[in-house]
Amino acid sequence: MKLQKIIEGLALEVKTKTHDLTKEVTGGYASDLLSDVIANTKEGNVWVTIQTHINIVAVAALKELSGIILANGKVPDEDTLKKADDEGMPIMITTLPAFEVVGRLYTLGLRC
Amino acid sequence: MEKDCEVEVVMMYDKFEKNVEGVFFLKGKDFTNAGTASSELKTILGEIGINQSIIRRAAIAAFEAEMNVIIYTPAGMMHYSVTPEILKVVVEDMGPGIEDIELAMTEGYSTAPDYIREMGFGSGMGLPNIKKNTDEMKITSSPGEGTTLEFVINLKKE
Repeated sequence: MKLQKIIEGLALEVKTKTHDLTKEVTGGYASDLLSDVIANTKEGNVWVTIQTHINIVAVAALKELSGIILANGKVPDEDTLKKADDEGMPIMITTLPAFEVVGRLYTLGLRC
Repeated sequence: MEKDCEVEVVMMYDKFEKNVEGVFFLKGKDFTNAGTASSELKTILGEIGINQSIIRRAAIAAFEAEMNVIIYTPAGMMHYSVTPEILKVVVEDMGPGIEDIELAMTEGYSTAPDYIREMGFGSGMGLPNIKKNTDEMKITSSPGEGTTLEFVINLKKE
């Protein structure tokens, strides 16, 4: 599934400018603990979190994730967005809580 | 065409025969640049031609070690060396040191302050993550002085 389909399906707002939304999303992972994300995500996964600080970009880039969805109305810090644009890591936001985001991703057909 | 391929293989072998090594300097509390060393190490391992699944393990271990220096210490350095047999990473820091290493290795144990936990760090998974992803791991620490963490990943299939 392409990231673009997820953005449309969940009506996500894309906050980054430099990114590739045609990336293939291989699955998803939801967690706010960075070590958990580092340990358990797979390449191409989309990550659902409420963490907004700059280190989420380092984690996502290191694991070659396809994008970060900030749930529950969270917005990325300014330096987070800048780094995400530098790294080409898409960040999307939504007012939906994480539980709802994951449910909708699953309904779209995404698996972990 | 065939000859080109041969040259390429010889060059890669040559590069791999020489040990590749380097060092990254890590600054405590510098969350803006946190992760840069592990990310660069990952790129270097890719350039050398290390197997992807080994790179993934190395990246996880290096990131956790790097974050420990950023979160807990004033400064440190990460030295890496790659031989045809092993990747060895040594991370040294300037303190405060670990009082009880066995306890620190316990999954879920952390001494991180609240603001670090709120960032999603300090879940007590860092050192266990390093152990899980490496073939050898050694910590030596003197409280008040500093910690040296060393890990090795075998590059040759056994």
